[in-house]
Amino acid sequence: MIRNNRIYRNNEVIWETPENQPLPDFLRAAYDHISGQYPKFHKMDHLSKLGWLAAEVLLQHRPFTRYAPEQVGLILANRSASLDTDLRYFDSIKEFPSPALFVYTLANIVMGEISIRHGFKGENAFFTSDRYDEVLLMDYTKQLLTEGAVSAVLCGWVEVMGSEYEVILHQIEK
Amino acid sequence: MATLKAQIIEQLNLQEVKPEDIGDDTPLFKDGLGLDSIDALELIVLLQQHYRIRIANPEQGPEIFHSVRSIANFITAHQQQNQ
Repeated sequence: MIRNNRIYRNNEVIWETPENQPLPDFLRAAYDHISGQYPKFHKMDHLSKLGWLAAEVLLQHRPFTRYAPEQVGLILANRSASLDTDLRYFDSIKEFPSPALFVYTLANIVMGEISIRHGFKGENAFFTSDRYDEVLLMDYTKQLLTEGAVSAVLCGWVEVMGSEYEVILHQIEK
Repeated sequence: MATLKAQIIEQLNLQEVKPEDIGDDTPLFKDGLGLDSIDALELIVLLQQHYRIRIANPEQGPEIFHSVRSIANFITAHQQQNQ
């Protein structure tokens, strides 16, 4: 879980910065602390950075390496889709439209970034809803596992709009 | 070329790269600096923003953007043409 400039794993704070630190600075500091060695991180939008960091925190601790790439799924949801980046892109149009921003004007790109990092190629879905509906996501995940479509899933909530953000990510295995 | 390297780093958000890390003749794509197709588009934007150069023929892209030196040569040739 990531909220209020704190990163939790299994309900324990594993890293934090002052709550008043701006989100871009928090994301950079978290990357330096948790990972490093992945320069493409700096090109991501805030939504992808948050999802990528949360996945990193979980998978460094408990990797999905025993599953085939096609057996790992991603099921995510949020409230604002990619609106945070859409607005930044809209701003860039006033001068020169930014290709680097444009590629992040879809909410599901965060799943692509996580998949590229960890080599996942399984089923994925991104839902947009007003609130974090954990029951819906868990039911969907259980259905995929029951059908045998996947054997392991990263699922949860990755939301960002301006300076407000929240990430809740779970690892589910058969 | 130092200015151009700094502009490339800023435009492409290469936060872990310093100007001195980029050789004048280092290939910018694939095995060199490892840039991708979106970076290529950002380089086109850089030329438009900073040097008011539009690339008329996209097929020239690989030649122009091969290295910092090839971009610098292209800019210089363009500026001389327009003097």
